[in-house]
Amino acid sequence: MANASPSGRTRPISPHLQIWRWGPGMAASILHRISGVGASVGLVLVLWWLGALVAGPESYAKFVGWVWADLSAETWEGLGILCGLIHIFLKIVVVGCSWALFAHALTGIRHFLLDTGAGYELDANNFWATATIIGGVLLTAIFWALLLLI
Amino acid sequence: MGNGTSIGRVRGLGSAHSGSHHWLMQHYLGIASLVLSAWLVASLILLPSLDYKSVREWLGHPISAVLLGLFVLINLWHMRLGIQTVIEDYVHEHANKFASIVLLNLVTFAAVAFAAFCLVRLALGGAA
Repeated sequence: MANASPSGRTRPISPHLQIWRWGPGMAASILHRISGVGASVGLVLVLWWLGALVAGPESYAKFVGWVWADLSAETWEGLGILCGLIHIFLKIVVVGCSWALFAHALTGIRHFLLDTGAGYELDANNFWATATIIGGVLLTAIFWALLLLI
Repeated sequence: MGNGTSIGRVRGLGSAHSGSHHWLMQHYLGIASLVLSAWLVASLILLPSLDYKSVREWLGHPISAVLLGLFVLINLWHMRLGIQTVIEDYVHEHANKFASIVLLNLVTFAAVAFAAFCLVRLALGGAA
């Protein structure tokens, strides 16, 4: 990150994650990329879901047993500990993928609007960057509340 | 990058002249994905249950089967363009970059074929 200049002083040469002061805009930008990759993992889950559905009721039950296991039925003994941990991990992945979809959709809409040339004033930019980040988490919470509680 | 010499152009360095097409497709597909994702999220919430019978019945309906097919196709395509940008940003070594993008294309096309097979089987009936 620092090179010796002819005068002997070390100078920063390039924008770099470590030497930037973090702001909402760049957080929203990198989250857009991260959630995009996360949503790709979600697509793999959708394909697994479709495959299990085609393969029949037993396969479908097996699929649900992996990605959305009944945690009260875990044994927590021997290999069961490993299975339990994988089940918890997969639940986190499933919820994480739903977050990725909502977050990517909102930061994506933000990028559409930025592409029209709007929203670059500092206050507006900070506000909408923060709003999309919080909105992604909120939509995820609302989605799971509706899915599980209704 | 190429310095504009003939040999540089022969090696394919410099602009590929397809950047704006990539950018436009990414955006068109993003708009389509917004609509289709809203439909899928609403459907998942409105389905009485996500057990085998309910989901099977839902996807036996031609409109849901076609829309889910579009959802998978549009999003895989959008994913292919997006991951390509990520690869181009972070994989600097020429051969590795080329191999990664080839692999990305193969995986995407395989995924589209798999999803198409599944949905046709579900919509038109068949085994299981």
